[in-house]
Amino acid sequence: MSWKFDRTRLITPALIVGFVLIWHFYVTWFNVSKFIVPPPLEVWDALVELLTTPSTLRHTWATLYETLLGFLIASVIGVALGTMLGKTPWLERAANPFIVATQVVPKVALVPLFILWFGFGPESKIVVAAVLAFFPILTNTVLGIKSVDFGHRDVMTVLNANRWQNFVSLELPSSLPAVLAGMEVGIVLSIIGAVVGEYLGGATGLGYLLVASMNNYKVGMLFAVILLLTIIGFLLYLLIGALRRLVIPWHESATINERAAKV
Amino acid sequence: MTSSTAPDIRLAGVEKRFTADERTVLAVDRTDLSIRAGEFLVLLGPSGCGKTTMLRMIAGLIRPSAGTVYIGQHDLWVGSERNSAVTKDLGVVFQDANLFPWFSIEKNVALPLKLRGVQRKERLAKARELCQLVGIGGFESAWPRQLSGGMRQRAAIARSLSYDPHILLMDEPFGALDAITRDQLNLELQRIWLKQGCTVVFVTHSITEAAFLGDRILLLSPRPGRIDTEVVVPFPRPRPTSIQMLPEFQAIVQRLRERLEAIT
Repeated sequence: MSWKFDRTRLITPALIVGFVLIWHFYVTWFNVSKFIVPPPLEVWDALVELLTTPSTLRHTWATLYETLLGFLIASVIGVALGTMLGKTPWLERAANPFIVATQVVPKVALVPLFILWFGFGPESKIVVAAVLAFFPILTNTVLGIKSVDFGHRDVMTVLNANRWQNFVSLELPSSLPAVLAGMEVGIVLSIIGAVVGEYLGGATGLGYLLVASMNNYKVGMLFAVILLLTIIGFLLYLLIGALRRLVIPWHESATINERAAKV
Repeated sequence: MTSSTAPDIRLAGVEKRFTADERTVLAVDRTDLSIRAGEFLVLLGPSGCGKTTMLRMIAGLIRPSAGTVYIGQHDLWVGSERNSAVTKDLGVVFQDANLFPWFSIEKNVALPLKLRGVQRKERLAKARELCQLVGIGGFESAWPRQLSGGMRQRAAIARSLSYDPHILLMDEPFGALDAITRDQLNLELQRIWLKQGCTVVFVTHSITEAAFLGDRILLLSPRPGRIDTEVVVPFPRPRPTSIQMLPEFQAIVQRLRERLEAIT
């Protein structure tokens, strides 16, 4: 049993090593220009350079700050508004065309507008991160509040629960799995928002670093920054997973993450 | 188990119509019914005969289209609101346990007390006591999803008993369970009922379950739902499972089965 378990644990590292090897031999054997795909060793050198450059911390912190603050704003407004819409059917009906309209607008197209309004500083990026994360959180909260089990409602009716008690003991906990699913999508969109915001304005953040690397033909560095962003995204995703285990330990999804974390 | 003969629950000309897609269906025809305090009354009938509708009207979960439901001397409804002065005395157990998955078992059992503002320590002590009573001691801190269907239903019964209701309404509470668990829970329900002394209205489509549990059985006929036959079950309490072997018991079952076949 145990040796078999150990073997399955090796699959993921083996896949990564295999991928890097294929990458390396592809680039060397087919003479791929290092301005198109640099070899893994060059990316590794660039990554070491990136991580040892003092200004990297500042850039990472800027992106992280914009992402998290944008996400936080989106969560607070998304959950509050979602709860309100979910509990007030006529309001949801009235607001629905607007929600759909703002959802189908390619929000990245609004980035220049936000920079115009909020400047080249972190504010415009926070707004972009918040706007992108807002909709999945809002729609999931509405869905969560509306899909409260009828049997559970009957229990609360029988017990003469008032509106507040219904909200605290039934609607809120019942909608949390959906809210957290929205947040899981939202946090990833927040990073995208912050990075895209940095493309277009300002001189800080990992998004800026990407554009600067491209302009200087430092393709290895470009790959290194992408790798760093991926790691940050992964860590933030894990953060939501941890939040899930903390907030909804009763839900099946919490144990699924537990199992996934063990592998 | 009071000897009082004053009706605890009374249905006066109660009727329920459902309207869907401009078609009206008479679910429960004009019904008059009195249930004594402490009585164990069983509503028996095939699915779709309106027995659940009747129970939900007694629970105040749906309003009759006509007529009045009285709990004690009081109307169950005040205007369009449930009369909380009388509904606080009603406990309901559904076919699904309907436990809240985000609460542990003891917190589920203590939920009614929490809603009534009972202190945390006091309500959890009461919950643990009830878990013992219904036979799920040791599972107080488990999540509902970790328990079997039978154990979840025991917890649901404990929850409905937590505030000592005078009236316990049960809508096919053991309908989704296997036959062995069901027999066991029937036996325990009888024990709990004898200890608590509440009035029970129990909905089922199982004839043997009805005959084993009921002081009185009302057989309902379908479309529209109305009381067809009333059968009084005379056996003394507590009834052992072996009672089902007695010829008198078999005779009651036989009589109900024949009538049931005639009306469906």
